[in-house]
This record gives sequence, C-alpha cells and structure tokens, in this order.
Amino acid sequence: MGYFLFRRTISFVLTLLAVSVVVFAVMNILPGDPALSILGLDATEDALAALREELGLNEPVLSRYLHWIAGAVQGDFGISQSFRVPVSELIAERLPLTVSLAISGMVVTVILAVALGVAAAANHGKAGDWGIMFLSQLGIAVPAFWLSILLVLLFAVKLRWLPPGGFPGWSEPAAAVRSLILPTVALALVQSAVLARVTRSSALEVMRLDYIRTARAMGFSRRRVLWRHVLPNALIPIVTIVGLQFAALVTGTIVIENVFYLPGLGRLIFQSIANRDLPTVQALVMLFAAIVVTANFIVDLLYLAIDPRLKARS
Amino acid sequence: MSSRLARSGVAIAALALCAALSPTGGWAGTTIVIGLQQEPTSLDPTADATASIDGMLTQNLFESLTTVNEAGEVLPQLAESWTVSEDGLTYTFDLVDGATFHDGTGFDAEDVKFSFDRAMAEDSVNPSKGLFKPIESVTVVDAGTVEIKLKQKDAFFLFNMAQGDVSIVAPESVEANNANPVGTGPFKYDSWTRGDKLVLVKNPDHRDAASVALERVEFKFISDAAAASAALLAEEIDAFPGFPAPELLPQFEADPRFKVVTGSTEGEVILAMNNAKAPFNDIRVRQAVSHAIDRGEIIDGAMYGQAVPIGSFYPPHGPAYVDLTGTYPHDTAKAKALFEEAGVAGTTMTLRVPPFPYATRSAEIIQAQLAEAGIDAKVENVEWGFWIDEIYKKLNYDMTIIAHTSPNDMGNFARGPKYFYGYDDAGYTDLWNRISAEADDAARNALLAEAQKYLADQAVHGFLFQLPQLGVYKTGVEGFWDSRAVLFQPLAGVSVN
Repeated sequence: MGYFLFRRTISFVLTLLAVSVVVFAVMNILPGDPALSILGLDATEDALAALREELGLNEPVLSRYLHWIAGAVQGDFGISQSFRVPVSELIAERLPLTVSLAISGMVVTVILAVALGVAAAANHGKAGDWGIMFLSQLGIAVPAFWLSILLVLLFAVKLRWLPPGGFPGWSEPAAAVRSLILPTVALALVQSAVLARVTRSSALEVMRLDYIRTARAMGFSRRRVLWRHVLPNALIPIVTIVGLQFAALVTGTIVIENVFYLPGLGRLIFQSIANRDLPTVQALVMLFAAIVVTANFIVDLLYLAIDPRLKARS
Repeated sequence: MSSRLARSGVAIAALALCAALSPTGGWAGTTIVIGLQQEPTSLDPTADATASIDGMLTQNLFESLTTVNEAGEVLPQLAESWTVSEDGLTYTFDLVDGATFHDGTGFDAEDVKFSFDRAMAEDSVNPSKGLFKPIESVTVVDAGTVEIKLKQKDAFFLFNMAQGDVSIVAPESVEANNANPVGTGPFKYDSWTRGDKLVLVKNPDHRDAASVALERVEFKFISDAAAASAALLAEEIDAFPGFPAPELLPQFEADPRFKVVTGSTEGEVILAMNNAKAPFNDIRVRQAVSHAIDRGEIIDGAMYGQAVPIGSFYPPHGPAYVDLTGTYPHDTAKAKALFEEAGVAGTTMTLRVPPFPYATRSAEIIQAQLAEAGIDAKVENVEWGFWIDEIYKKLNYDMTIIAHTSPNDMGNFARGPKYFYGYDDAGYTDLWNRISAEADDAARNALLAEAQKYLADQAVHGFLFQLPQLGVYKTGVEGFWDSRAVLFQPLAGVSVN
C-alpha cells in the first residue's frame, strides 16, 4: 500500500510538470499578444512596449518558465496579466461554484444512472428495458448546450420555476441551490445516459453467472439478489466510467457555465485563453489536470475497496 | 404521520425558497439590471481598451472635461465652459465648482493636469495614446482653470476629450482603479463579482444628483446569445442595449413586455483587402471584388435585414454622409471581366474571419458571391488573438471582415503601409491632414465627403454595412440612446417606470 501511494505521488508530480511545460509551450507558440488584447487596436507602439515591460513579457521564455515554476512550488501562481490580481484570488472566487456544480452533477448522474441501469437489467428484454435504452440513446445524442437551452425555455421562461442563469453566491444558500438545479440537470442527464448503459450491461453480465442463479434458487427475493449480489459485483466497470466521467463533468462545466452565465472556472479559462493570460491559463489547466489525476487515484483506491481479490494480492 | 410531517416540512422549505428568491421588490423603479455581452478584466478605461468598460463607466462613474450627446455634439462636463484662442491652438477650460471624487478627495485643475500627464507619459499604457498626440502642454492656471496647448490644430479635439481614455482620475486613487474605480461621476462603484456582475450606486454628492433617477445599476455579463434572450424573457434583466443576435429579435418585437430599438453605431463593417499584397495591389481586383459583392444579400443573410449598407467608410447617420453604394454596383459579369483582365480569374484567395457573428455569417455569403464571379475564396475562421497577431500586426492575410467601431476613424487610411490595410496613398493622407485641421464644420464636412468619395473610387476595401445598435428593453425603461456616436451610454437620464 505504501509503495502504491509513493508510486502514485511520483506520477502525479510528473504529470503536472509535463502539463505545465505543454501549456507554457502552447501559449507561447499560439499567435496572440496579451498587451494587444488589453490595449486594443488603436494602441500606439510605445504604449504596447510599456505594457509588455510591465507584464514581464520581454523576458526570454525559459526564464519566465523557471520563474513561474519557482513561484508555483511555493504556492504562488503569479499575477493574472489581464485581471492584474493574484491568480489564486481569481481561482478562489470561482472554485466554490465549479466544485459544487461538478459534485452535484456527479451525484445526480450516479443515482440516476445506477437506478435506471439496474432497472433496465432487471427488466431485460421487456418494455421497461427498451424504454430506458431508448431514452439513454437520446441522452447520448443530445448536446448538453442544446439541452440546457431547452431546460431554460421550459423551466425559466415558460413556467418561471427556476432562474434562467446566474449564481448569487453561497451567502444566499436557497437562491444558490435554486440556480444550480438546471445546470446540474443539464450536466447530469447526458452523463447518466452513458453510465446507465454501462450499468445495465455490467449488471446483465453478472446476472448470467451461476451464483446468481444459485441465490435465486435459494429463495432470495429478486430485489435482494439485484442489490446485494448483482450490483456489488457489477461495480468495477461502473466505477471506472465514473472516474472518466468526473473529468468530463469538470470540463463540461465550461460549456454549461457559458449557457447559464455562471461565474465559474470554465468561464475564467475561456476568457483567459482569449486574452492570452498565461499565468491564469497555466494555473487553471494545472488545477484541472490535478482534479483529473486525483479522480483517477480515487478510482484506484475504490477498486481496492470493492474488489477483495486486489487487496489479497497486494 | 412522520412522513406527512416530513412532506409539509418540504413544502415549507419550498415556500421559504421562493420567498428568499423573490426579486428585490423594494427597489422597483430605481434599480435597473442591464445585460452586457462582453465582460472586462479591468475597470480602468485609461489602461484597457475593452469597449464594455466605456459602456458601463465612462460618463457614469468617470467623467471627462467634455461629454457628447446622442447626436455626437460636444457638451460641457467637468469643464463648465471653454475658450479657444484665435490660432486654434490654445484651449482654456473653466472647471465646474463642487465636483468631488467618490473617495471624498476634491477635484481641481491639478487632477486634470495629473490625468493628462499620466496618459501622455513615456511609460503610459493608455490604449488611445493617439488622442493625446496633438497636445503640447497642459498648464494649471488656477484651481478652477486649465490651459491646454496644441502642437497643431485638431478639429476632433473637444470630441476626443469626452472619451473614456481621457477620464479625469485622482492621483490618490488611480493605482487601484482597475478593481476599485474612483471618479467624479453621478454613479459610484459598489461591487464587482467577476464573471457575474458589476454594481454601481447613485452618488448622492454629485452636483446633478437631483436629476438622476436610478439608485442602483447592475450590469450582468451574459456572453451567450441564447442565454441573453432567456434572461430577458424571464425578466431577469431590464435592458440589453447591445443585443448580440438579430435573428432572435422577432420574438421580442411580438411581445408587449418589450421594446426593440434598431439604431446605428460607429461601426463600419468592411471586407478588408490587403492592399500591400498581390493581387489586391491592383485596383482592378479590388474593383472586381466590390462589384462581386451584393450588400442586400449580405445584410439579409447575415444581419436578418437589420443594417444599412455603406459605400465608403463613414456612418450613414453622420452629418457629412454621402451615399456611395452605387459606385461599384453589384454586377457579377463585370466582376468576372475585371478578374480576367487582371489575370486572377479562377485563383484561390483566403478570407480569414474573426469570431464575431456578423463576420462569420457575412463570410459565407461573400464566399458564394465571389464563387459566382469565378474566384475560389477559402474561408478560415480564426480566433481573436490569432486575428490580432496574424492579420492586424503581421498583415498576413488576403481578405478579412471586421467592424471599425471608433468614431472619426477615416484617419485609418492615412496610417501608412504598416497599418493592416497595407494602404499607402499620399493624396489621401494629405486630404486627411486637411480634415483634422479644419475647424469650420461646413468646410470639414465638405472635405469628409471628398474623402468618402476618394476611398470609394479607390475601392480600398469592400464596404459592406453599418453595424446596427440592437437594443431590447423592458417596456417602461426610458432614456437609452437609440444610436451611439461614442462607446459610452450615460445613465443619468435613464429611468424605469
């Protein structure tokens, strides 16, 4: 276990290092100039030169990178070139929203997908199964942004039950929850469509095994067999997909935050790339990478928990 | 029993939720929520060119020496009045009494001098440093009087002094203006939730506070057109003065809760051609392109009919406007003949398009029109940062589509071959110099008409249409300008009934 953790930590650090080099390189190769995007098309040459000096853009790329890395190691991610405030401040402002959205999206996805997937498997070949499979096919085919627009038109414009977008902040918890409902649903529906199919096929596979027949023969109820014997053994592919989906959910918030005009990290990264704001993009991509790597790590730990064979081996 | 209790608990919680969210009722009539598409990253108009900073803060939070009304006429602001010397080179401004900055510091001539010196300094990062170029010196005569000497006559000087780049700031607060702006205007800064909204509140100490109806102004940033439309329909916002999607307007026109206003902006949309590069250094090719384009079809297809065609580089609402859309009328046969004459028929040209709906939509239609005239135009959609670098800075393009939104910008064609038009014409530069030195309105307008004709004849670019100002307002919202001669929109005269 100790060795496992050690190996994981090393690969975590190496992954982030590789990501930082790639982001730095890409942002430097990309055509674009932060000074011009701040000062606009009427800017004179001397004003641009003065701003470049102020932003430290005249230093060579390598020294800028080393400078950045030295700061990042100490937890200092630099000053945003476009906002002119510390990047950590920008991220701290936006993190609560994106994290809330990703977690609520994940929770709804898992509940919905497992319930539907197991129900479909239990009714294999019957109308319920076909219905659920049809809906999930539809869910996979529908783009999240389009679904978002439909949800807004129905629940915000027509019925007026929920706000069409925006986020008042967690200082107003009731309003904050209300404003997250539609974005969560938009995020979760598409993801749960994928996960429901995985759950169904994984459950079906387990249901074909001999011990399930034995359990039924011993007189256990269908429900008990399904939840106590089928699901736990069908979990491994489900957990694998959930791990992958968490990464998709976090990046999916970029689109959802735009459609629901939510002040989260997705909109920040969008704006920062457009402004060629290297320190902000760098920190955000690192953060997203760290989240994805951590999610994979948690999935590995979960394998240990749900598959006793792995524990015995290690 | 317990489940019923639990259920009524849920009902009570739901009621509480609704109550908690019911909109801030007490402010009705004195608060307004304004939707904006573009969110700035800084709030200092003297250090950042983002147009929405001017849209929100210029002449609202910040004030300049002069201001401009809807018709583009110059009016007094922090300068109560002014005199101009006989030779047109010395302006003496009398400043208003009783203006103070929002942090309580007083306003006087020293602040004016400070603001100008800062913008004109060598290390200044003012985005419109060019506006200050004609200025020789700024002198404090006494606390209430400032004298500005010019190097050369500048017909646009007083107009330029109204812009956000020339906002008067205080040395005590200027450093923090990017996040906590302090000015002298009728509204002051309240809060900015980045990514969400900017809130201004009325400045009760302003000299004209009695005539300001609004107590609170919220600017909400919604970049997505469908989301903007939904927010209006759900009545989350009261006004969207720069509505981004002409195709979504009919639903608002049909809805009695809303008022739709189609005005004009200073934005000339052009099919820019790289005049420095073959084949566009050949006037026949530029004329052929001009003949190939059908403005009516472009406006219908790209702007859903909501725009006025232009034949040169001057807004149709301006006093010197001449209709030159007939200079090179749509004529595919003639275009074909000219392309053949110039030896470029059947060749491929690239059309690099920035990510703005007016541009991407126009590009597709122009591509089809050029194809009819025998030219294979390859459309490349590029990102804005790429556009600025490759097209604007390096002139690495054949054709592009862009709106020029600054007022009085016919001087662009006198900026020499390094400017992205690649246009270098001593005759035009001379004409522009005469225009900017001409103080008499009638004489200047005559010269401006001449300049329009000059550019149209030269077919420097394909002149397409004037970018409209599309506004959607809740019924009862009054005081927004239909058209914009400048980037700002004063809110002192806006009310919600």
